[in-house]
Order: sequence, then structure tokens, then C-alpha cells
Amino acid sequence: MAISESARPGTATRPASFAEAPDGERRRRPLRSYWPQYVAVAPFYILFLVFGLFPVVFSVVLSFTQWDGISKLKFVGLAQYAFLVQDPRFWTSVANTLIIWVISTLPMLFLALLMAFILHQNIRGKGFYRVAFFIPNVTSLVAVAVVFSSVFSDSFGLINNALTALGAANIPWLSSDWGIKVTIAVMVIWRYTGYNAIIYLAGLQSVPTDLYEAARVDGASSTQIFFRITIPLLRPVILFTLITSTIGGLSLFTEPQVLFGTGASASSAGGPGDAGLTIVLYQYVQAFFNFDFGYASAIAWALFVLSAVVAFINFRLLRDRDDAMGDRKVPMFQRRRAAARARSRAAESDAVSASRQTREEVRS
Amino acid sequence: MTATLLPPTGADTAPARPERAVGVRRRTPVGTVVTHLCLIIGVILSLFPFYWLIVMSTSTTGEIFGYPPKLVPGTHLLENLRNMLANVDLLSALGNTLIVSLSLAVLVMLFDSLAAFAFAKYSFPGSRVLFSILLVTFLLPGSLSLVPSFVLMSKLGWVGGLQALIIPGAANAFGIFLLRQFAAGAIPNELIESARIDGAGFFRTWWTVAIPMLRGGLAFLGIFTFITAWNDYVWPLIVLVNPQKQTLQVALSTLNSVYGTDYGQVMAGALVSVIPLIGIFLIGSRHFIANIAAGALKG
Repeated sequence: MAISESARPGTATRPASFAEAPDGERRRRPLRSYWPQYVAVAPFYILFLVFGLFPVVFSVVLSFTQWDGISKLKFVGLAQYAFLVQDPRFWTSVANTLIIWVISTLPMLFLALLMAFILHQNIRGKGFYRVAFFIPNVTSLVAVAVVFSSVFSDSFGLINNALTALGAANIPWLSSDWGIKVTIAVMVIWRYTGYNAIIYLAGLQSVPTDLYEAARVDGASSTQIFFRITIPLLRPVILFTLITSTIGGLSLFTEPQVLFGTGASASSAGGPGDAGLTIVLYQYVQAFFNFDFGYASAIAWALFVLSAVVAFINFRLLRDRDDAMGDRKVPMFQRRRAAARARSRAAESDAVSASRQTREEVRS
Repeated sequence: MTATLLPPTGADTAPARPERAVGVRRRTPVGTVVTHLCLIIGVILSLFPFYWLIVMSTSTTGEIFGYPPKLVPGTHLLENLRNMLANVDLLSALGNTLIVSLSLAVLVMLFDSLAAFAFAKYSFPGSRVLFSILLVTFLLPGSLSLVPSFVLMSKLGWVGGLQALIIPGAANAFGIFLLRQFAAGAIPNELIESARIDGAGFFRTWWTVAIPMLRGGLAFLGIFTFITAWNDYVWPLIVLVNPQKQTLQVALSTLNSVYGTDYGQVMAGALVSVIPLIGIFLIGSRHFIANIAAGALKG
């Protein structure tokens, strides 16, 4: 892209390694004349090879072994995976992770959409609201977990105190199965709603205003506009936030880890009844409390597969709705292709105008 | 103010935004009030935990868990801070966190801008392939490599040292991708050419031409890296095995699990870990938020 951007008729005073050189000439130049560019990009690739790619490859190997990190590494074939599929604690962690992911992501993204929709209107103090909504996202997870663990404390926590004041029964937030899951979900919702709202807002600003105007002229209500125009047009952006939330949500770790102070013992890692035991937390316990590096690596790969599957389902869900709305007379595969083309065009123009919009906003 | 900091591409051709007739026409005073009411409820929900943190860190544990609860800040902040510092060496943890976050911010700005400049403005054999590889690395999830990375660190003898937090993150794909977008639009080729005519090599051109023109993107990347490093928890928790050498987040978590019953001092620790970051964020907030949003839409 950069190459085509800077492509211009060559001049006699062409820089030594400049992109403008036509292909023929570029090939004639000795490789070593490009050394500054290779030096410039080298740090990332060296670090990636050593600290990114090697560990991933190594973790495949580890998942086929029995190893505590000290004694001799022993290959056990698929034994770790065989154990994994019948380990009830692993399946508990999978169920917990998925439940917490659903009860946090759905309300969070809906609230964020609503927030963005309201912020998109012509109102005063937009800048202030945006900053206020974004602040939770720059707060550390540990501090969030510490504060929320006191707010949701079973006895004399702020919420239970408020319930007492209202004459309602207290809820065992940190000792019951659903209480624990809801508490963790609330932390996630609190921290990421504003972040997602800001992204939706940028997406909204890329939607041409005449669409809204036309809808208004036709007498559409705000609710109709929200569900019939805003949400469909934001689909690519919603997909992005859904995928991000999936990857983040399925690797949930810090909230339950801090909430239950994992460290005392491996068996109490997920709080009462293991209700807060997530997959990454279980991996952490297996690796750094039980020193079962092989099994921990198998858990890591199981999580990877699960994330890929869930991300794929997200993708399909958002994609298939296009088909439902498409012209039914057109054969399925053609419709899909046409929809895909329209989508990619829409996404492109979205991105372009969104960045333009953002820039405009920054200027103003 | 920030106009020069952002790539100018397309800005001039952007159609003038029509007056927001949409909102204006139908907006009644009641509607405006309802809208602001919704937003203010949102703001209260967003900011209340911070207020509550201040209330708790300035109260004794007895006050925090009394009934009816005390809803205004108290006068015990210094006492809580003293108790907390007597139990946990939060100041040295603060120092470690500063070292890690600042080094990472500087190294990331340095290495990412070098690579981004090379990718955006020069064509060299393999540059396209290398850039594609860079994009693919986004897809590798971090939790896959916790165990093998720990093993690697122990082989290198870095377990317990701050370099285990700094070196692996000294250059990243996100920053290179981001700055490359900036560089492609913000740096005119004529400037690079005239620098070359003046006898400047690649690195000199990078330093004298690219860096000044990229400072908006660099500022964002620096703040973003600093905040991420400051809040990082999982990896420091695993690799900093020495209780005497911790980062702020790990120290706070230890404080919480060991002295969890003394809420006043735990909250004082949380306050110390949160305030500097919010300060930094507020300084660059506008620019920061705009970049986050633009980055998400591009990606």
C-alpha cells in the first residue's frame, strides 16, 4: 500500500532505498543496501520469534508431556487430553467461563449501544460524558476487584446494606453460585461498557445523517430508528466488539483470582463451590500450584479451540442475518456473495469515514 | 490544536457535516432532560466506585462496615496509608512499576516507530511478506504461552527480574501497525527526499523528519503502553516470584489477600495504584479516546 502510495515517476535524485524506485531498478540494488530498513524492523521479529512464536510451539510440545519443570520431561502422548475430557473440574471451569461471558457480554454490549445512541444525539457536554464513561477502562483490574469485593461483601457490603435499608433480604453475593458469577460479570460490565460505547459512537458517526433524516421524515420513532437503522448499520462494528469481548471474556482471570485471593491453596481457587473458577484460573492453578506444566498446556490449547469456536459462531450469527434480509429469489450462494461484497464495501467506507469523522472531531 | 498531529489524508475532502437537523428538529425540552438524566445516571455508575474508594480509604474498617454505612469521606487516610506501608513495601512496588511502565513506553515508541517508518515509506525485498506476518501475530492469544514463557524465563535466569516484564514487550505489532497508518499519511515523501539530498541516511531521516511528524501517534502509543503496563497483572504475578520485588498490582493483590480484613489500608493501597493513572489519562483523554475508537474501526 505504501509502495503504491508513493509511486511516482522516478527522478535522477532518487533516494538510495526509496519506495519510488520502479521494480526493475529495485531488483538490481544489492540486498545489503537495505540494511537500515532491516535493522529497523528487526527488533519486533526477533522478540516475536523468541518470546511469541517459540512459547506457542513449545506449549504444543508440553501438552504431550508430563513435566513439573524440574525433573526429566516425559512424553505421554495424548494422555493429558484424555484426562482433560473427563476432568470434572475442567468442565466446571468451562461452564463458569461461558456463563460469566454470556451474562456479562450481552448486557454490556447492549448498554454500550444504548449509551452510544444517546451520545450520538446533538447534546451538550459530550466530551465530558465520553471521558467519564471511559475512565473505568483505564483502571486496573486488581483495584476494581478490590473495590467491588467490598461493595458486594456478604455481610455489611454496601449493596447488602442498601438491601437491608430497603427491608429486602440480603443476597450472598460472594458465597453462592449465582452471586459469585453476577459479581464477576458486574465488574466486567463496569469496566468495558464505556470502552465499547466509544467504539460504537465512532461507528455511528460514520453513518450518513441523511438516513436518519429520511427515517424521521417518514415518522419513525427513536426506538424504531435504533433497532431498524442503527443496529443493522453497525453490524461490522458490533462484530468487532463481540470478537474482542469473546477473546477477553474467555480468558477471564484477574477478577476471580483477586476476589478469592487464590494463593492459599489450589483447591479453593475458584471460591465457594468453584463458582468463580475460570479456564485461565484453572490453568494457572495447575501450572503454578500443582506444577503440572503438561496438563496446564493442554488446558491452554483447549481454551484456544473453544475461543476459536465461539468467535466463529459469533461471526456466523452476525453474518447469517444478512442472508435472511436478502432477496429470496436469488440463489443462496449468490446472495451470500453479494451480501459479503456489500458488507465489505460498507465496512470499508465505514472505516474511512469514521477515521475522517474522528479527525474532524479532534480538530473541532 | 491536534490537527497537525493527525494524518491529513482525506480531511480536506470530507464533506461538511450537515447541521444535525435530526436531533434538533424533534428535540423537546423534556426529551433533552430525559437524555441528560440517562447520561448522568451512567456517569454516576461509572464514577461511583472511585468515590467509594475515596470514602473507604479515608475511613476505619469499623466505619466501612458499620450500619447505617457512612457515605462521606472520613479523616483516616494518613492512618490507613501508614498501616498499609508498614505491611507492604508499596513504595518500592510503585518504583518497580514506574521503571517497567516507563521503559516499555520508551522502547515501544522507539522500536515501533523505526519499524513503522520503514514499512510506511520504504520498499525493501520482503517488506510485504514481513508486514503480513506482523498482522498474523495479532491472532496469537497470550494465555497460550503463559507456561512455556515462564519456562523460557527460568532458562534465561530472568525469573524474578524486571527485564522479564520489559524485554518481551519492547516492540509490538499493534504499535507498528498504528504508527504505520500515521506515517503513511503524515510524512510527505518530498521531505524524506530532501533529507536524503542533504545527506541524511535512514536513521537520521527517521529522527529528524519522521519522529517530529509522528508525535501525535507516538504520544498516544506511549500513554497506551504505559497504562497497559501499569495495569498488567497475570504475567507479573507469575514471573515476579520474589516477594521483595513486585509491581504495584501484585503488591495490591497480596495486600488484599493477606490483610483483606483491614479494608481501610487495602483501599489506601488501591487508591495509590489508581490515582497516577487516572491523572495521566485525564491529561491526554480526548486524543486518547479518539485514537482508541479510530483504531478499532480500522482493525
